[in-house]
Amino acid sequence: MPEVILSAQNLVKHYPIRTGVMRRVTGQVKAVDGVSFELHQGETLGIVGESGCGKSTLGRLLMRLEEPTSGSVIFQGADWSAARGADMRRIRRDIQIVFQDPYTSLNPRMTVGDIVGEPFEIHSDVVPADKRRARVQELLELVGLNPEHIHRYPHQFSGGQRQRIGIARGIALNPKVLVCDEPVSALDVSVQAQVVNLMEKLQKELGLAYVFIAHDLSVVRHISDRVGVMYLGKMAELGEEDQVYDRPTHPYTQALLSAVPVPDPTLRGKRTQIVLTGDVPSPANPPAGCRFHTRCWKAQDRCKSEVPELIMRADGVGEHESACHFAEPQTIVEVKDVSASQGVEESPAVLTADQVEAIGTEPSQESST
Amino acid sequence: MTDALKSSETSPVSGAPAPVLKAPEGGDASEARSLASDAWRELRRRPLFWISLGIIALFVLMAVVPQLFTRLDPTAASLSRGSDPPEFTWDGAWFGYDLQGYDIYARTIYGARASILVGVFATILTSLIGVVIGTISAYYGGWLDSLMMRVTDIFFAIPFLLGGILFMTTFANDENSGYFLIVGKVVLVLAILGWPSIARLMRGSVLQVKPNEYVQAARALGASPWRVIRSHILPNAMAPVLIVSMINLGAYISAEASLSFLGIGLTPPAISWGVAISDSLTYIETAPHMLIFPSIFLSLTVLGFIMLGDVVRDAFDPKTR
Repeated sequence: MPEVILSAQNLVKHYPIRTGVMRRVTGQVKAVDGVSFELHQGETLGIVGESGCGKSTLGRLLMRLEEPTSGSVIFQGADWSAARGADMRRIRRDIQIVFQDPYTSLNPRMTVGDIVGEPFEIHSDVVPADKRRARVQELLELVGLNPEHIHRYPHQFSGGQRQRIGIARGIALNPKVLVCDEPVSALDVSVQAQVVNLMEKLQKELGLAYVFIAHDLSVVRHISDRVGVMYLGKMAELGEEDQVYDRPTHPYTQALLSAVPVPDPTLRGKRTQIVLTGDVPSPANPPAGCRFHTRCWKAQDRCKSEVPELIMRADGVGEHESACHFAEPQTIVEVKDVSASQGVEESPAVLTADQVEAIGTEPSQESST
Repeated sequence: MTDALKSSETSPVSGAPAPVLKAPEGGDASEARSLASDAWRELRRRPLFWISLGIIALFVLMAVVPQLFTRLDPTAASLSRGSDPPEFTWDGAWFGYDLQGYDIYARTIYGARASILVGVFATILTSLIGVVIGTISAYYGGWLDSLMMRVTDIFFAIPFLLGGILFMTTFANDENSGYFLIVGKVVLVLAILGWPSIARLMRGSVLQVKPNEYVQAARALGASPWRVIRSHILPNAMAPVLIVSMINLGAYISAEASLSFLGIGLTPPAISWGVAISDSLTYIETAPHMLIFPSIFLSLTVLGFIMLGDVVRDAFDPKTR
């Protein structure tokens, strides 16, 4: 197995709740509450979970856009969360981020050339000033954009193209780790496929490691080597992609997977559907013990008091990490690899290349109105 | 199929050459368009824009080279023709003479300089203070924000006229005060009392821009706070302040007139519309021409700036299109 490049060690981020005139701290929103994982060189770690489970906060902690309340992020053996000044700037080159919303992640008043070239302005020693323009055009070409569009503004591009610009900015400094915070969830499905495929291509060419945060289970399955499932600020399950998807042992993962729509009508009604009752508890006041016990059908007294550790637990074939006292594998359904591009390929009603292109370019025309 | 799909993935742009160029609606969208160029396109079609610009240009010209408009000396007084009404002959004084026998037309032309100077410099100074305070307050947040905003509140709470009267009577002008000292004092008092509204506006605007992902992206790249503010926050947060400042410019000119009217703004020997209005008010029944002409000029200037600010604000707001 390739060496570990980035690891989170018991990361915690609590946001204080202040009330009253004196701004007294009356509580803590436990957005991320003790998350640990390792990211290996060149691999993709998918992080899934529903809204509010802390996955975006986790991404921001990895980027040091937020300072952790406790715990640390180790990058190549150095404590990245304690780095200061020049060390911090140097590590920033190696960890970059791609944001969710292609409409707010690019400064509307800068040209594409300025946006993609900004990393070189900030880290001026990477590329000499006279070669920057050529390098920017190279990057645009690499992400599948026309290098001649260097003087255009973001609003002249479609959502998918904008996301490519964001990716070009992210990879400009040749980082080793790219944190992708829901990079495709704001895009049309057809465009999602293009962007996901671009990311896979870049990973092969540049040897990037991805932390891929998303809520779309099929997209995560398509791109990830390993997958982590988050619930209320904690990691519920972590393992190889097929371990988590085929032999989930945590009840939450099982419920989550059972909610994935299956694109095969003949399977309709034949699969197990686990419908959870109630809502996700507030992260300001999470349940004691196992955070999932309020909604879990397996919950017993032990779950209410004792926090289950994220440790190796048997999954029927082998073992992978799961945080449940009563972990046991349960096959939910044959979840096919239904990420969009594969879906198109396997679909009986095959689209022609022109049609695919037409779908891909449609939003750009809309955006220019 | 797979190959075709791949090729469309890797070259979405060359496959569909610049689809953005075809704008289904909105006419001649043939080149790069930004918010500013859109606004300019909109402005060009508005007659109000050209009218207000014309008025402003006229008064600015008047302020810079009053000699173009009159050959008369505004300081030449002759008590023998005091309060003479306008005479509409080719060579006559069309605006008449004031109490001291000054030619009102010449006085009014020369008075533009003080009004424009006060308006422009008060605007520049308030915007500068307001933008700096508002930006720092919003960007750094925390206790610094609280402190700065409470100070802003204190200044905001001072009533405009009362504050002006207090300041100008404490630092009163005397006969020896130079022209620029007199004007400078008025500018200073307007700036001291006017910056809080700009600071608040700027703070709100920066707070709106700051959470945007492009700001986060710049931080993630390791950009310094100064760089983030300069190239990401200011360009995106300045628009409301610029427009409000433009509207305020008109208000500052009339505020200067109010202070002068109360006898504490600009004082003679400085020539200004406010001073002229103030001096002539007592004689409104016997010699109304002394009041009317400077008043018209003042109203026109204020109207010009407020109209321009209004029209520019509309042009920059995509929702009004």
